[in-house]
Amino acid sequence: MNETPLYDRPEIYFAAAAFLLAVGIFGLIRRRTLIGMLISGELIFSAATLNVMAFNRFRAPDPAVGQIFVLFIMGLAAAEVGIALSIIIAVYRNYRSVKTKELSELNG
Amino acid sequence: MQDILFYIFASLTLVFGFFVIANPFSRNPVTSAMFLVLTIISLAGLFVLLHAFFLAVVQVLVYAGAVIVLFLFVIMLLDLKAEEQRKLRTFAVIGGVISVGAILAIFLQSLASSPLHADELPLLEGGTAQLGKLLFTQYLLPFEIVSVLLLVAMVGVVLLSGKEAK
Repeated sequence: MNETPLYDRPEIYFAAAAFLLAVGIFGLIRRRTLIGMLISGELIFSAATLNVMAFNRFRAPDPAVGQIFVLFIMGLAAAEVGIALSIIIAVYRNYRSVKTKELSELNG
Repeated sequence: MQDILFYIFASLTLVFGFFVIANPFSRNPVTSAMFLVLTIISLAGLFVLLHAFFLAVVQVLVYAGAVIVLFLFVIMLLDLKAEEQRKLRTFAVIGGVISVGAILAIFLQSLASSPLHADELPLLEGGTAQLGKLLFTQYLLPFEIVSVLLLVAMVGVVLLSGKEAK
């Protein structure tokens, strides 16, 4: 419809980010170990990062702000992974398993 | 040239991202983590196409370097085997397909109807100089808060995974 090439249009980046988000949510439902669920969470983080980057490139009045926010998102993701993995280790120490089926002590 | 690179990186990101979750060949968590590395690297290629050169490098360093090593370390430590597949029920599949299709329709509709195309792209360079200047002047407080958060996370990790004091 217009002559701008595909890589210079924001829609395609949004679609890719939405696909990554969908895959991440699917993995959160489908994976059966805590590690697998955490990896799916990382995919969701990447989707958010790509989305912010695309908005930053095509919509932001100040072009560097979005990149700084992506930097903050990466810091948050690193902190989150560290905490979550140590919680997983603590869970494994108590239950000898990280399968979600067997962690049912709080199951009502 | 840029066109071809975009197609390569975007399709690789999507394919590898799908293989992270639903790999038809192997259900080993190590394979999953390795495909996450490939997803992150091709995402860094997309960042380069979006003119964020510094962030592409940081993405590879922090994610593909540090975070994945942490993942692999814990996977080896816990000695995880391939997880068994969850059974698919036809009712769940039908419901899922219907809801995903509805959300997809809304998404495509809103993409098509919104005036998203950029009129003139601002000339931006995702270089380190500009980012560093902003980071230490205008965004100094959030930057310091993030560093304190990382410190808190580090202390928390040591407390959580250290030896338990009864």
